[in-house]
Amino acid sequence: MFSYILRRVLYTIPIALGVTVICFLLVQLGPGDPINALLPEEATQEMIDQVKAEYGLDKPLPVQYATWLGHALTGDLGTSIATGRSVSTEIFSALGNTLMLAFGGMLVSFVVGLTLGSIAGSRQGTLSDRVVTGFAVTGVSVPHYWIAIVLVAIFAVGLHWLPAMGMGPRGSTGFALDWAHIQHFVLPIFALSLIPTGIIARSVRGSVSETYGQDFVQTLRAKGMPERQVFVHVARNACSAAIAVMGLQMAELLGGSILIETVFVWPGTGQLLNNAIFMRDLPILQGTILIMALIFVATNLVADILQALIDPRIRR
Amino acid sequence: MNTSTLDARDKSRIETTSTASALMANEAQLSGKPPKGYWHNVGNKLRHDWVALTTMTILGLIVLAAIFAPWITPHDPYQASMLDRLTPPAWASRGTAEYLLGTDELGRDILTRLIYGARVTLLMSISPVLMALMIGGTLGLIAGYAGGKINMCIMRLTDVFYAFPSILLAVAISGAMGAGIVNGVFSLTLIFIPPLARITESVTTKIRNEDYVQAARATGAGTLTIIRVHVLGNVLGPVLIYASSLLSVSIVIASGLSFLGLGVSPPIADWGLMLNALRESIYVAPINAALPGVIIFITCMSFNLLSDSLRSAMDVRL
Repeated sequence: MFSYILRRVLYTIPIALGVTVICFLLVQLGPGDPINALLPEEATQEMIDQVKAEYGLDKPLPVQYATWLGHALTGDLGTSIATGRSVSTEIFSALGNTLMLAFGGMLVSFVVGLTLGSIAGSRQGTLSDRVVTGFAVTGVSVPHYWIAIVLVAIFAVGLHWLPAMGMGPRGSTGFALDWAHIQHFVLPIFALSLIPTGIIARSVRGSVSETYGQDFVQTLRAKGMPERQVFVHVARNACSAAIAVMGLQMAELLGGSILIETVFVWPGTGQLLNNAIFMRDLPILQGTILIMALIFVATNLVADILQALIDPRIRR
Repeated sequence: MNTSTLDARDKSRIETTSTASALMANEAQLSGKPPKGYWHNVGNKLRHDWVALTTMTILGLIVLAAIFAPWITPHDPYQASMLDRLTPPAWASRGTAEYLLGTDELGRDILTRLIYGARVTLLMSISPVLMALMIGGTLGLIAGYAGGKINMCIMRLTDVFYAFPSILLAVAISGAMGAGIVNGVFSLTLIFIPPLARITESVTTKIRNEDYVQAARATGAGTLTIIRVHVLGNVLGPVLIYASSLLSVSIVIASGLSFLGLGVSPPIADWGLMLNALRESIYVAPINAALPGVIIFITCMSFNLLSDSLRSAMDVRL
């Protein structure tokens, strides 16, 4: 087991390095020189050269990458062009708000998806199976930013039950465990968790019903085991597939937040990224993508290890 | 030469009569009907699948409407009318028959713009899947067939792209390159290449080790011949099914890019962009604001259900 974890962690290192390479190259994709954002239009060639030397932009790309990576490893992701503040400060003040949304969405989609999926998988072909399957296909096909708009139209504009935007009363960005703050989470989390819930329910249904078709289930039934206990055996076998899917759904939750945050004016990384794109604030763009991708890599690492803990067949 | 082939045919007829399936084939021959093949079966299954029929009809109508947009739309997609701003749909109390689905924030007919929008949205979401299918499919085929070091290089590269949440990567690439259809298509293509390469690789690896491929290699068939004759035909089915399931994802992300202002720029009609523009009017005209999303949802749902039907009709397991 220990060697599996070690191998899995070691395997993450080249992936993480690859992620940094892509994030670094991302900035080079843009039209024009990234330096233009720093300089006035009438800058002379001499000024351009001077600023380039100052930022190390006159060196070849691999050298620039090594310098950038070295700084990034110490937590220095550069300076925001728009605000002049350090990129890591900007990202970490927004990251908490996004992670609150993402983990809320994770909780909802895992619990609901697992429940619906196991109900449908163990009662194949019945009405409840068809209802769940129908719900899952709907959940997979709905654009979540549209559902967010519809939810706002119904619950905020129409019924006045819940707030339409923001993270807390009067634009507060803090968090407290009272209804005034929690009610701001209801709509965004619902909209965000819809797609992952559909996908999880669908694949859990698949793996549960597949496990029910295996010989050992027949053996358990033949020796007279009550159906409830049979389900426990099936659940344990279907579990690792479910964890793998849930790990991958973190991508949906982290990535989906950018669109959801735009609709709900949520002060998270999605909004930060969105603003950075329109201000052409490339250091912020680069830093946000890097941090989000690394979080996703880490959650997948955790999912893989959990999977191996539960299912000895994976450890090899 | 001639007699030997005849002999072989006779022999095969004698041999096959012993098996049940051949009996049926013989019966079909006797009654003058050609034997039923795989595609015949698939078509038959689809013909009796009302979900497949319904979704094909819906998608067909949307595509036809998009192609014949200038002839069937009641209004000009760019004709703004300040007096008719945010007219509710015809079924609402203040709605008029002139604007069946109402008007947008500039008084343009929503139905007309949805039909024109289908052109941009479908182009921006279907072409990346097709391009990724070609590039990713080729990469996967090479990786799967070559194996060894080549496989490792290609597959580890796709692993790195897998480390990014796909929407985020699409947004970041489009964001860094600037708004526009071409950049949007480029970023979407890039995010669909890794999953398609991966699925092609896994199917190809499986087929590469089949007995008939080994046999073909033993008889001296060249690599390209083996790929063309034995591998491609078996890989194509599952990979096409998988690609079809990506279409709905592509529509959601492409519209999402436009929704963020990263796709086409106004005044061009696009479903995501319309959703974004009408969002400001949600307090005044909630139904109008939600309408562009309905068509995105219906299209995605149809693509998803059709992909599921195709999968079960073609009996593909992924």
